[in-house]
Amino acid sequence: MACQGLGPNETLATLKTESETLKTKLEEERAKLHDAELHQVAEKVEALGQFIIKTRRTLKGHGNKVLCMDWCKDKRRIVSSSQDGKVIVWDAFTANKEHAVTMPCTWVMACAYAPSGCAVACGGLDNKCSVYPLSLDKNENLAAKKKSVAMHTNYLSACSFTNSDMQILTSSGDGTCALWDVESGQLLQSFHGHSADVLCLDLAPSETGNTFVSGGCDKKANVWDMRSGQCIQSFESHESDINSVRYYPSGDAFASGSDDATCRLFDLRADREVSVYSKDSIIFGVSSVDFSLSGRLLFGGYNDYTINVWDVLKGTRVSILFGHENRVSTLRVSPDGTAFCSGSWDHTLRIWA
Amino acid sequence: MSTTNSIAQARKVVEQLRVEAGIERIKVSKAAAELMSYCEQHARSDPLLVGVPTSENPFKDKKPCIIL
Repeated sequence: MACQGLGPNETLATLKTESETLKTKLEEERAKLHDAELHQVAEKVEALGQFIIKTRRTLKGHGNKVLCMDWCKDKRRIVSSSQDGKVIVWDAFTANKEHAVTMPCTWVMACAYAPSGCAVACGGLDNKCSVYPLSLDKNENLAAKKKSVAMHTNYLSACSFTNSDMQILTSSGDGTCALWDVESGQLLQSFHGHSADVLCLDLAPSETGNTFVSGGCDKKANVWDMRSGQCIQSFESHESDINSVRYYPSGDAFASGSDDATCRLFDLRADREVSVYSKDSIIFGVSSVDFSLSGRLLFGGYNDYTINVWDVLKGTRVSILFGHENRVSTLRVSPDGTAFCSGSWDHTLRIWA
Repeated sequence: MSTTNSIAQARKVVEQLRVEAGIERIKVSKAAAELMSYCEQHARSDPLLVGVPTSENPFKDKKPCIIL
């Protein structure tokens, strides 16, 4: 009754020994294949030229820190959420606000646009993820149609619709990620494995199948199978909380940004970290990362108010962008790659191109 | 009982490590070559990388010249 199913020689001690042995074996297997560095292999690649990226739009309207943003698939609308409890939908071309919702909680840490463009999801300190259908009628009270979908036992840190408006993936300060059916609010799958708050997640590009990556305060980045709930790969090389994870466009790798002031690239098929993007002069944490369309550029938003642009292959910094007057908290490249948007604790969002 | 929980937890850790240790891996040099090849193939269609003419980028304002 107390120790069901234990093998004849299985004790806590033997299990711990086996786990140490397996960890060593894992490191050895990974080391065997470490025959080169990415930047060495990329030596023959042509260096990038001068970069002229400027702020093209400044979106003003939030009354407090901007915490999260997401692009609509139409490449022009943006949803953003703030510490002041407001969720705003903007037209990034004109910088006009199209919708605004006031959430019942402050610190709306996560927001996402539905693939159809007809709804947005958001949540934060309320421990929930709610979906608001967007009405064409500007006078309609969006809050009335709100649908509560996800329930966690701690704050919602990130959310994302899957390929359709019907399912949402969430991550939480309660240490788990979860997949929900939007219509019924039913929990479809939960993902356990992080030993501390999960801060971020990103879905694999649809061509590569049903996986997603999450990053947390346990310094780990985990790759999950959405159907089985199993953690299939785990990476632990950051030295502090992982604030942001983003898949490389091919789906074969992902980048992460951490409070340890570095961004890193992890290749899924080599099963290891293959590049570190850092400089001695960069000592503030990275809050958010995203790739340009080809995967050659990695944009990182930092707590020192800047955005650093990295050459993914060569490992060097290509440019540093100034403009925000406080921490950059969120950053996403537009769906067609023509621009990227950054949100900041200075209450504004900027569109760069 | 805490012992049962510890054993159950330790067993989960061992199971997880077995799964992770058993996956197939490729050499870093091969993985790197494929990342490079993807970049190369898509470089031309990456607007932030190669730049797009002002007339085609909706975020870049087309300021007409005003002749006073």
